[in-house]
Amino acid sequence: MNCDGGNTCFVQGNEACVRGALYAGLKFFAGYPITPSTEIAEHLAQELPRIGGAFIQMEDEIASMCAVCGASLAGAKAMTATSGPGFSLKQEALGYAVMAEIPCVVVNVQRAGPSTGLPTKVAQGDVNQARWGTHGDHAVVAMTASSVQDVFTVTVEAFNFAEIYRTPVILLFDEVVGHMREKLVIPEDGELPVVERLKTSVKVGVDYHPYLPREDGRLPMSDYGGEHRFHVTGLFHNIWGFPTENPTEAHDLLYHLADKIENRVHLLARWKEYHLEDAESILVSYGASARSSLQYVEDRRARGHKIGLLELQTLWPFPRQLVREKTARASNIFVVEMNMGQVLAQVKAAAVNPDNVFLINRIDGLLVAPADIEGIMRVVEGRGI
Amino acid sequence: MAVQDLIRRRFFPHIWCPGCGHGIVLNGLLHVVDSEGYDPLNLCMVSGIGCSSRISGYVNFHTMHTMHGRALACATGIKMVRPSLKVIVPMGDGDALAIGGNHFIHACRRNIELTALVLNNRIYGMTGGQYSPLSGAGTLATTAPYGNIDNEFDTVKLAVGAGASFVARTTAFHVTELRDILKKALAHKGFAVVEVLVGCPTYFGRKNKVGDQVALMEYYRDNTAPLGSPKLRERPELIPRGIFVQEARAEYCAEYARIVRAAESPHPADGAA
Repeated sequence: MNCDGGNTCFVQGNEACVRGALYAGLKFFAGYPITPSTEIAEHLAQELPRIGGAFIQMEDEIASMCAVCGASLAGAKAMTATSGPGFSLKQEALGYAVMAEIPCVVVNVQRAGPSTGLPTKVAQGDVNQARWGTHGDHAVVAMTASSVQDVFTVTVEAFNFAEIYRTPVILLFDEVVGHMREKLVIPEDGELPVVERLKTSVKVGVDYHPYLPREDGRLPMSDYGGEHRFHVTGLFHNIWGFPTENPTEAHDLLYHLADKIENRVHLLARWKEYHLEDAESILVSYGASARSSLQYVEDRRARGHKIGLLELQTLWPFPRQLVREKTARASNIFVVEMNMGQVLAQVKAAAVNPDNVFLINRIDGLLVAPADIEGIMRVVEGRGI
Repeated sequence: MAVQDLIRRRFFPHIWCPGCGHGIVLNGLLHVVDSEGYDPLNLCMVSGIGCSSRISGYVNFHTMHTMHGRALACATGIKMVRPSLKVIVPMGDGDALAIGGNHFIHACRRNIELTALVLNNRIYGMTGGQYSPLSGAGTLATTAPYGNIDNEFDTVKLAVGAGASFVARTTAFHVTELRDILKKALAHKGFAVVEVLVGCPTYFGRKNKVGDQVALMEYYRDNTAPLGSPKLRERPELIPRGIFVQEARAEYCAEYARIVRAAESPHPADGAA
């Protein structure tokens, strides 16, 4: 890695993700080569054996997600990384991790789709897939970032959320953020909180229930190979982890899976805001799109215009209340993203006046630019072409 | 330790039909675990989806009932993190060789120390009797009402070709041989494949008018023969049983441990030598 010998490096977003994962205690990675996420696997193949961790390149995307589930249950903080087509293949085991409450992190460095799409070009079209890609009612956590430094930070947070809520956490980066190089200052140990796995305090010889929540809702874990033997299944299950078809148990389990995340939107929300105090026009954006948005906002602020930016880092669960409050006083809201309006729909649902929410996007594989934003805003604000 | 202590009596009765061969395999496995003195705290069972995959719920090991076809991939993650665990992976024929076929051949190639049991009843039982890649041409199934035109895999040849370092076949009829093979498979330091021909009287037997479990047992008694036996020499069309491959080869986790030593070394190039 390109560092100065200390903690300051000049690296890609993908490398920052690797550094963040290692900082958070990653011990297992399984992956499969795919552009534009491959650098994550390459760097971890180098780094994990150095710390006694395990790296494996599996036979396909499905297998790598499955191996992550197994590794996590064996006690290791585990991650996989992929892009669009691979993310589609991971949905099966992602759903298993949701159902079996397996902490893990899934990185999707987005490229343009559907299908093979534009493998080397940027897009943000997997926002809804992150939410609903796997079948059945469920809740999920998905986060993103717009700078190399933030990639590091949200990666650490993703591991923390995975452990706290026993859930897969999706990191929805994009090709631009994954591949661009910037300064990264790696925090000292202890500078960022790192949540370790909550282990059961049940004594040997006493029944351990892997799916019996504590009073605070958290489920202490035991590892495969540890003192307690327990069963894990993707079927609806009871507190023993054993399959059940009892309607009450099924109903309660589904609510548990949804509520543990949906009821904690306020704890999971991460965002950044720029010049919102008096903003009459507010841009809502995330990932690489937020970089262009910020540039545009700063340019117009310099000309005295009352414009601000709300940059979302947690996309799911969608921080609806936060977006509503932050944009309540704006005349117009512009959602800047590289898809056909996936976050737009959420912002419209959140906004006080949905009719004043507009989409500014690119869906051609090119990064949305400040000029693209200017073009749409001029029209909406009645300033002409 | 009594065999009863190796099962989760709380979760019985099991789901298998009367006459199903899966229980015989479970029985054989538990007796081997008991007689060989394996500590159940050091045993892990990972299964996929299907009738046979329910075994993982019944044994009092560390157990993971995964997704259809994905047991070996999940088991690989567990084994990489906890190489000292003895990991057993029971799969059905469709589970192992249709939807899980890719994982199967790559686990063979990798030679990672897992004990893969292919419980071959030549049918998808849990979904009600559809043909599998081990049913074979000419068989009948709900999805082959006019006769199956799909040729079957030979599990043994596939595993050998893909690089498994232990490959064996036996049947639910030959219980002594089953235990002997399971004993050797569990002791093997590498990827071990044991195909067990088991009867599914409910679907395969009934659909193909083979008869009940007794008739299926007799079929496997009469249509198989031990490797190297005079019976097999006289009747080479019989299904051979026994251990086809048992070789000491570099095991994946041991190789990875070598990588770790090399990477941790201040002079990685030296350590890799």
